[in-house]
Amino acid sequence: MRLTVNGAQHHLVGLDPRTTLLDVLRERLHLTGAKKGCDHGQCGACTVLLDGRRVNSCLILAITQPDARVTTVEGLGHRGEPHPVQQGFLEHDGFQCGYCTPGQICSAVGMLDEVAQGWPSAVTESDSEDLLADAEIRERMSGNLCRCGAYPNMVPAIREAAGR
Amino acid sequence: MKTFEYRTATGLADGLEPGAVFLAGGTNLVDLMKLGVATPDVLVDVTRLPLDQVTELPGGGVRIGSAVRNSDLAADRRIRTGYPVLSQALLAGASGQLRNMATTGGNLLQRTRCRYFMDATMPCNKHLPGSGCPAREGDHRNLAVLGGSDACIATHPSDMAVALAALDAVVQIDGPAGSRSIPVTDLHRLPGDTPERDTALEHGELITAVDLPVLPVAARSAYRKARDRASYAFAVGAVAAALEVKDGLVHDVRLAFGAVAPKPWRALAAEQALRGQPATRESFLAAADAELAAAQPLRDNAYKVTLIRNLTAATLSALTGDVR
Repeated sequence: MRLTVNGAQHHLVGLDPRTTLLDVLRERLHLTGAKKGCDHGQCGACTVLLDGRRVNSCLILAITQPDARVTTVEGLGHRGEPHPVQQGFLEHDGFQCGYCTPGQICSAVGMLDEVAQGWPSAVTESDSEDLLADAEIRERMSGNLCRCGAYPNMVPAIREAAGR
Repeated sequence: MKTFEYRTATGLADGLEPGAVFLAGGTNLVDLMKLGVATPDVLVDVTRLPLDQVTELPGGGVRIGSAVRNSDLAADRRIRTGYPVLSQALLAGASGQLRNMATTGGNLLQRTRCRYFMDATMPCNKHLPGSGCPAREGDHRNLAVLGGSDACIATHPSDMAVALAALDAVVQIDGPAGSRSIPVTDLHRLPGDTPERDTALEHGELITAVDLPVLPVAARSAYRKARDRASYAFAVGAVAAALEVKDGLVHDVRLAFGAVAPKPWRALAAEQALRGQPATRESFLAAADAELAAAQPLRDNAYKVTLIRNLTAATLSALTGDVR
């Protein structure tokens, strides 16, 4: 099957149907940015963008995604020119050990696109509200856990990226 | 994970061989396969079927295709305006990533998160009929106080389904024997002595859509969910409510409870107790009591009775006040 990852087309031959998208990325394509944290969709460390939307790659069977376009953390930004979310994490020290960071960054990129489309969250009270208020960012990013507890600095990092 | 054959569904009434199951978003099924709890021989992928649209029904109301993603449905303007309880319930569930994957049909058909069901090494009458249920004596803090049986006290985990139960939603089903429709409140079964069967669906039947009727009371509705952390956790108790008050009296009301029963629990006794009564906290509490009189709490889940009682009053009280 064919899979486009970070703009590059790959042909996967002899794929076991049990293989998750996460395992294809890490074990076949050696893109080890997306992490296998819980492997059960509970931690968000495996988050990538699938056709532009953030998803948990550990719960997606690769065989179900022929012709999909996948973006991993390796495909964001360019050498010497990080993506605004990556730049925000650098400037605001939005991490400690870094293990959850690729998932946090991919999730934030997908989340900012959802905000741009006007999608509500569980804490959205009305249309006129600031969808990037602290409480909104925390709720919208709640699918990504950080055991170091680096959350406080991620909030301004993500909000600032929205303006760039 | 046990190996399986994979194919994509091409028609609505293909039927399924024994051992085959439908795959949609996969957020629950793939996880259960990893855990060895689900061991299908064949996965039939239904996400390529043309079931991913939200459309208006000819006589009014809304048809939600079963492959519509939870995130798209929650953001749909018609849902946010006409049926806010549904949008709120969807947004209260899971995470942004999971909502982007999970579908309407799959959300309805997700399995319980009871720890004994999720552990293939434990006895569980739901994953291995006749093996027993350790939950009655064991960990049942988040299990059923309504509708359970000696064989099973699992709770249905969906938020979305609780809102749909309150909204008189109708499930459209297609299968080898033809198409049929049933109220969403008849989709999930009570366990009795066959807890291995979650729903009224026959093998090979597929949910194609969920219809929301014209329901003026739904424009003023809300979902309130209590859980162990602020976000991204299953409910320990939830209430879906719609309320219309005229001259201080309850003119129309819809009420359903989540995380307290093996199915989304439509609270018909409470609704009946409320119609025509003053729209006050006292009436709301009395109505909740009428529904919860049937509760059979165990050692560690009696808190749910108090929780649902108070959530009901709080949710209905809020609906009497602000206009959103």
